Amino acid sequence: MKAYVTVMPKNGVLDPQGKAIGHALGTLGFQGVGEVRAGKVIELELAETDPAKAKAAAEDMARRLLANTVIESFKVELA
Amino acid sequence: MNAAIIIFPGTNRERDMAIALQKASGRKPAMVFHTETSLPAGTDLVVLPGGFSHGDYLRCGAMAARSPIMSAIHDHAARGGHILGVCNGFQILAESGLLPGALLRNASLRFLSMDCNLRVERTDTPFTSQWQQGEVFRAPMAHGDGNYFADDATLDRLEGEGRVVFRYVDAEGQPTEAANRNGARNNIAGIVSDNRRILGMMPHPEDLVDPLMGGEDGLPLFRSITETLATA
Repeated sequence: MKAYVTVMPKNGVLDPQGKAIGHALGTLGFQGVGEVRAGKVIELELAETDPAKAKAAAEDMARRLLANTVIESFKVELA
Repeated sequence: MNAAIIIFPGTNRERDMAIALQKASGRKPAMVFHTETSLPAGTDLVVLPGGFSHGDYLRCGAMAARSPIMSAIHDHAARGGHILGVCNGFQILAESGLLPGALLRNASLRFLSMDCNLRVERTDTPFTSQWQQGEVFRAPMAHGDGNYFADDATLDRLEGEGRVVFRYVDAEGQPTEAANRNGARNNIAGIVSDNRRILGMMPHPEDLVDPLMGGEDGLPLFRSITETLATA
């Protein structure tokens, strides 16, 4: 079973990378792009076959390592 | 004073740090690899030096903060032990929860390699007793992720408890926006733990401890901690 952990900067945390991407999109002529925020996706291959347990394990991994909850939020999706 | 410098893969400022510690204390610090699970007996001061531990993968300091040696460092902190983290060392302290907040990418997105001016906000800490209150000193900085962030409540607590030890200032000692090159909240360059025995800071005082380096502006920090721990 695969788990996808999406880690994003929390609202209110400065995201200079997102700002720079937004600026570059403007330079390329893309119109109507509002705020851009950049995060990351971490793909985990898990031996666990029970979806609830797999999700709980991935959430534990996110809290303890994959995300820094001082500045980042995360969500876990299974596939 | 018995100091132990912790080395992670990608640490690169451990020798500068050793020179500064030895100059102030007359003792050669121990070098401890991250895979160790205990500190040398009698360690008074743990030092997390600068560098790019584990290639800054995931987040700066994230991997190092979960290294085998870190549980011994948490124990050292719980016993009231002293810890100094500089640059990547500050990032590791924040990632490990030994200091509050986090170090974000510099607001300019640029790696900053230059001197900065720091103002000493308080002298009643183990690391700053050899300075005068409000004194401004020069320190080199070299980092891509030094933009100190803490949420409003944490920031209020840090300021309220006087735990901001160093602030980025201009040559006149004013904490201006221009002097705050990495975008840190409240111009914060260094903070201490609630018992003041853990200091994290982004600039490198260890790189100005000898006239041959261009000055001795950083030496008071190492003299302060040496004096504190010699009399402890």
